[in-house]
Amino acid sequence: MSLLDVQNLRVSFTSEAGPVTAVHDVSFRVDAGEVLGIVGESGSGKTLSLLSVLGLVDKRVATVTGQAMFRGQSLLDLPDREMRRIRGRDIALISQDPMTALTPVHTIGAQIVEQIHAHERVSRAAARARAVALLADVRIPSPEKALDRYPHELSGGMRQRAVIAMALSCNPALVVADEPTTALDTTVQAQVLDLLRALRQSHGSSVVLITHDMGVVAEMADRVAVMYAGRVVETGPVANVFNQPWHPYTWGLLASIPPLTGARQGRLYSIPGMPPAPGTLLPGCAYVARCPAAMAVCHTPPPEQGNGAHRAFCFLDASQRAAARQKVGALT
Amino acid sequence: MLATITARLAQMVFVMFGISVLVFLIFFATPGSDPAARIAGRNAAPETVEQIRQEFGFDRALPVQYAIMMKRLFITRDLTSFVNRGQKVIPQVLDAVPATLSLVAGAAVLWVLGSLFVGVVAAAMRDTVVDRGLMILSLIGISMPVFWLGEVMNLMSQSRFHDTWLFSWVPGLGYVPLSESLGGWFKALVIPWITLAILYIGIYGRILRANLIEAYSEDYIRTARAKGLSPTRIMLRHALSTSLLPFVTMFGLDFGALVGGAALLTEVVFGLNGVGRLTFHALQNLDLPVILATVIYASFFVVAANAIVDMLYAVIDPRVRK
Amino acid sequence: MSVQIDNSQPAPLPLAAGTARGPWATAVRRLMRNRSAVASVLALLMVALLTLLAPLYASYLGVDPFRSNLRGTIEIAGEAVPVMQQSTSGLGLGVTPIGPTWSPGGYMLGADNQGRDVAARLLYGGRNSLYIATAATLICLVLATLIGLVAGFMGGVVDMVLSRILDVLWAFPVYLLAISLSIVLLTSTIDLGLFTITAGSLALPIFIIGIIYVPYVARPVRARVLTLRQSEFVLAAVGLGLPTHRILRRDILPNLMPTIIVFVPILLALAIVTESALSYLSIGVQPPDASWGTIIQDGQTLLYSRPIVALAPGIAIVITVLALNVLGDAVRDSLDPRGQVP
Repeated sequence: MSLLDVQNLRVSFTSEAGPVTAVHDVSFRVDAGEVLGIVGESGSGKTLSLLSVLGLVDKRVATVTGQAMFRGQSLLDLPDREMRRIRGRDIALISQDPMTALTPVHTIGAQIVEQIHAHERVSRAAARARAVALLADVRIPSPEKALDRYPHELSGGMRQRAVIAMALSCNPALVVADEPTTALDTTVQAQVLDLLRALRQSHGSSVVLITHDMGVVAEMADRVAVMYAGRVVETGPVANVFNQPWHPYTWGLLASIPPLTGARQGRLYSIPGMPPAPGTLLPGCAYVARCPAAMAVCHTPPPEQGNGAHRAFCFLDASQRAAARQKVGALT
Repeated sequence: MLATITARLAQMVFVMFGISVLVFLIFFATPGSDPAARIAGRNAAPETVEQIRQEFGFDRALPVQYAIMMKRLFITRDLTSFVNRGQKVIPQVLDAVPATLSLVAGAAVLWVLGSLFVGVVAAAMRDTVVDRGLMILSLIGISMPVFWLGEVMNLMSQSRFHDTWLFSWVPGLGYVPLSESLGGWFKALVIPWITLAILYIGIYGRILRANLIEAYSEDYIRTARAKGLSPTRIMLRHALSTSLLPFVTMFGLDFGALVGGAALLTEVVFGLNGVGRLTFHALQNLDLPVILATVIYASFFVVAANAIVDMLYAVIDPRVRK
Repeated sequence: MSVQIDNSQPAPLPLAAGTARGPWATAVRRLMRNRSAVASVLALLMVALLTLLAPLYASYLGVDPFRSNLRGTIEIAGEAVPVMQQSTSGLGLGVTPIGPTWSPGGYMLGADNQGRDVAARLLYGGRNSLYIATAATLICLVLATLIGLVAGFMGGVVDMVLSRILDVLWAFPVYLLAISLSIVLLTSTIDLGLFTITAGSLALPIFIIGIIYVPYVARPVRARVLTLRQSEFVLAAVGLGLPTHRILRRDILPNLMPTIIVFVPILLALAIVTESALSYLSIGVQPPDASWGTIIQDGQTLLYSRPIVALAPGIAIVITVLALNVLGDAVRDSLDPRGQVP
């Protein structure tokens, strides 16, 4: 049984112009011990999907339907009191911007200890000791001193480590990392990713890694789900999706990565056009306006290709893919 | 650290100097009337006026006049009122302080507790009937002129409902010193406290609610929720503690201004002989020495409150601490 | 299923609902959707209308609300009733004006201690209160914008001097300054060469209230100008060598408008309350003129016997200021660039 199994997740917001659906029938699953990468542009709904599953969207403006089973429990039906027990203890969130993720007026130590005390009955001394150990695990120098530091006294990279330490404080089974490296410098990015990998080994948690960076996915993830305009367009093991991508959007994403070897490109490739604004009515495939292989039939809902681990929502079948892919920039 | 304190003190002195000059100019240099006649008060004999003119040096240049005034106020401390003949000014002001302090401190306790309640409850129950109700009440609270509200309170507690159990304990208007009777002091101040507090609860409640709601949209609140903390804890320890910073600064400034005499309307309406009322009577009587003393006293408190609040901010906001 | 690859252009997507709007149009639209804002605008218009019709009402009643009417009588149910009646409360000495008749025909809210029609005076008083508040707000906004602009844009010594002046002015508790100025200026006549302001004129409270709130507005304006000064489009204009007045007019002023506009209802409310306080203390509007504040003062001696005289103008103030506060909130919300959650 999967650790987290999300089926047909749909999130819509009330707005002045009527309900706006931001996440359409998204399904994915995470198994124990694996890293699922969710990749897509800004606004593709990747963060929102996970936040909705965790019950962190404002119920007054957002309607969440669908199914999200965590260890057999249906998360979307849980009353808030039960959900609070799962949050922080079984599922942890590492949010995007380390600069603003921590409360400015409390020390790092106080915030970590607070999380421990929210879920476990341990003495203050024990909680503090654990916090020190966690900070050491994330390779923050002088962890005892760091405990009494305020967030603004740490650099961005250090803050992100502290946030990671805090997320792992109760040994969650699942860690949701929302763009953990986006707000950091490249050198620090590499360190944080190494850290996540090491911690994954030592703590044994599964990870949902949300990112817009295909390189991060290639490096860290076991499986990947590609999202576009609030929908999952392709999913599968990383090797399969990267070596033999099926969906034209994935082709575009991969083509946008400048190659390390081979002839130098005259121009950096980018997918022409813009993602559709939320609230746009799309009866068929969401990618139809930008797809070089689009056909008239693409205005109707695309079927699911593949029935194993590798799947995509597209009208193109195996025989048509190679030819269609020629139309996309440089072939990788 | 020492440098900043010295700089701050210098700034304080500068502002107070500026205010004293401003007051001086207002009362001495306004075209169209004679400052000596003003000081002597109405119905003074021409000899008195001439005597004052010489004593204060109105025949001399303005800066000299200013210097003489300041000397008599601060150094020789023998500035006397000209309306209440011979009564020294500074003791008069000091005598009035307990009443003002009692009024403002009591009202402050009420308004801090009240606005915390209003702000937190309204933000926690945002957009519900409770929230809207509290906000409407707050709006009404700030829309009532404080002196009118005081009159209405008096109407109810002294006249209309005085004989009912609700207000029978309310004594007549006026201040009862603490040294005289604790019960009397308390009973005489309850209605004034409520009157003054209503206005400020309206102001602070609304601001606190707005700050809390803004804090709730911050990332660190989402982190706190993702940690699995209870809503109460999130509100009190994460949202409120960051929202209290502007609250405390505003409170310091308002408290300082009120102690300095900004509560004069309340004091006048309830007959409390505090600094505000003293100032007002002095202004009415054009009793210049008293006016100078009270205004400088008031400005000192405002300026001191400003400085204290700035320094306090450095203490309570870890981001500002160095 | 085998599908033909179609090389023709894909059909365009349907456009998202709604077309683009300028920021002002959006703001006005949001404001009009806000029901309480619309209600308060209506309330304010009604108050303004009623007060403007004061002379009409007075002539309809056939009374002069500024003239003592101690021996007057009015007709109630066919009988002539004296306006000032023997007191029945207290020691039974003296006279008490009659209470509200609740008929628009005369003495709807009763009489005051001079036998004058309170309702008619209320309307006239409203005229003065609103007039003073509006004029003072205008003066304050103009002065504060000028000072804020100059200080924020020019920086340096000019900014330092202006800021110090504002600090000193603001360090004075607002009411104390207003009272001081009022008292001093009331006992003298100001001759500014261009025009003279006599002691009893309404220009005095207007001028004083306008001045004392200048720091309140000028400091946020200055802060905003400082931010705008550093914004990229202004830096670009400066870099292009555009003349200062053009930058001020085309780049800074339009972006300053939201900040200033938000202050309009706030200042109006503050001005009304301040004027009423000054008039209550007898140093604002002077007799024979009336304002809501003076009527409250009139009602003080009658507070326990005829409370309506003091209550009515207070309620008028509360309604007006409440409407202004609600409107102020709504204006601020609708101009907020961050907007509401969709």
